[in-house]
Amino acid sequence: MNMQQRNVLEYLEGAVSKWPDKVAYSNGDPESDITFAEVFQRSAAIGSCLYSKGYYKEPVVVFMKKHPNAIVAFYGCVYGGNYYVPLDEEMPRFRIDLILSNLKPRAMICDEDTVKIANEMNFEGEIFLYDEIINSSVDIEAIDMIRSRQIDTDPIYIVFTSGSTGIPKGVVACHRSVIDYIENLSDVLEFNHDTIFGNQTPLYFDACLKELYPTLKFGATAVIIPKSLFMFPIKLVEFLNEHKINTVCWVVSALTMISSFKTFDKIKPEYLHTIAFGSEVFPIKQLNIWRECLPEAKFTNLYGPTEATGMCCYFKVDREFALDDVVPIGGPFNNTEILLLNDKNELAGPGETGEICVRGTSLTLGYYGNFEKTSEVFVQNPLNKFYPELIYRTGDIGKRNERGELVFVSRKDYQIKHMGHRIELGEIEVNVNLLDAVKICCCVYDKEKDKIKLYYVGDMTSAEIIAILKEKLPRYMIPNKVEQLETMPLTANGKIDRKMLSSMNKDN
Amino acid sequence: MDALIEILTNLHPEVDFDTCETLVDDKIIDSFDIVSIISEVNEEYDVVIPAEEIIPENFNSAKALYALIKKLEDEE
Repeated sequence: MNMQQRNVLEYLEGAVSKWPDKVAYSNGDPESDITFAEVFQRSAAIGSCLYSKGYYKEPVVVFMKKHPNAIVAFYGCVYGGNYYVPLDEEMPRFRIDLILSNLKPRAMICDEDTVKIANEMNFEGEIFLYDEIINSSVDIEAIDMIRSRQIDTDPIYIVFTSGSTGIPKGVVACHRSVIDYIENLSDVLEFNHDTIFGNQTPLYFDACLKELYPTLKFGATAVIIPKSLFMFPIKLVEFLNEHKINTVCWVVSALTMISSFKTFDKIKPEYLHTIAFGSEVFPIKQLNIWRECLPEAKFTNLYGPTEATGMCCYFKVDREFALDDVVPIGGPFNNTEILLLNDKNELAGPGETGEICVRGTSLTLGYYGNFEKTSEVFVQNPLNKFYPELIYRTGDIGKRNERGELVFVSRKDYQIKHMGHRIELGEIEVNVNLLDAVKICCCVYDKEKDKIKLYYVGDMTSAEIIAILKEKLPRYMIPNKVEQLETMPLTANGKIDRKMLSSMNKDN
Repeated sequence: MDALIEILTNLHPEVDFDTCETLVDDKIIDSFDIVSIISEVNEEYDVVIPAEEIIPENFNSAKALYALIKKLEDEE
């Protein structure tokens, strides 16, 4: 590990010097393969072009389909001294417009498909076509100058996460926290030069950092798995085998998609030896099916919020669990501390629950253009009365078990995890309440069945509501069930009776 | 068939499942839907859709899915 590293691009430059012709990223189609030398050459070209056109130290939107080229565009933004903001072609227009009005970006990189959509957006800046911008000449002098002025707390990316007020929040991360994350994650999961990642998570969240940067650090290879394969378990395992994928960091629902249909009776992953999962509870029954199929493989539970650059805790599955057990979160990565703070802002005692708070270099810089929201959750460490020191309050409630391992207990608000995505139920409700015909609505989450249920009172059919929500919210935020009520159940205090709604939820 | 249409319509009320034959190809249903459909088909028709039948051809239309359910019922 290079203690002096200040810029994530040093990972790329190290890989290029040692393994220029090795394939870095692919999507399974050989025509998409891109070598480290090509990643370097093309991203340096993008950076040179952006800088020469006057885009420097500002957000640059990367609006491209999920493809190795999008990753190159990310690095290109960083080469130019900018920070990338990934948007996805499947994001609804309404959400993209919200994000653009928050960012007010001046530049955007598109591919030939997404440029058509971009032309219809409320975007007045300059659009660069990927296929054209990579042919720009590389200005080594400019790149060196940008690098010499850069410091490791400069931002690299902004990713947007659900906001309870209906407006997504942009989390800004810097070189230093990403380097800290990549180094510690790599130690825990023991990535190396022979690692072949099978990427599942979207490129527009922090989750994909796990594959993107370790690929550069070790000169490994990352294969983006086509999203449609996650519907068809046998085809998915065939793909893993065809591409000799040995390492996956997936959301739990992607893993259980395979294990719950007896897929392993027909076909087994032949090369897979490292399986990391997170963001959701792994049902022990499904975990056991996986461990039985791959007894030699290492299984690791990861935990962490986007605000702390991805993951910050891990638990290596080292023992059998009873069917009603929960896999622990475990303990923090090196160079991170977890504080469990109770209601009095003191450390929780043995067995006592408390809010999980993160302390360390892994903290991101906060929410873009939103000092108010930032200061609500990035706060002074209440245990430190003597100098400024920030911690991040996750809003997750946890406790330590008798072994001293951290265990997730619940949320202190209405944020949920669904299909690996973090969702504020309030964001769904705000969008439904905007409809004139809706008088009142409430969203509840059925944890057992992993379903979001929306109840509403108003003169609209559930089909109409779903159709409108699909234009406004990402797919994973669309309620799984929408039900019209005559009246909304209220508590004695006149608030919506969520408990009553949740119990209605259980009945069907 | 009606029960199947109802299962599907509950997931996507805005889709006409009697006529649509590109549920997978046009990305109308996703992996979450597939899991829900399989579990609800299991409850409604008491058939288990095995992994080797979870392929695009069987999920592109309500008709194809219904044919699969009938086939699995006959095999029992």
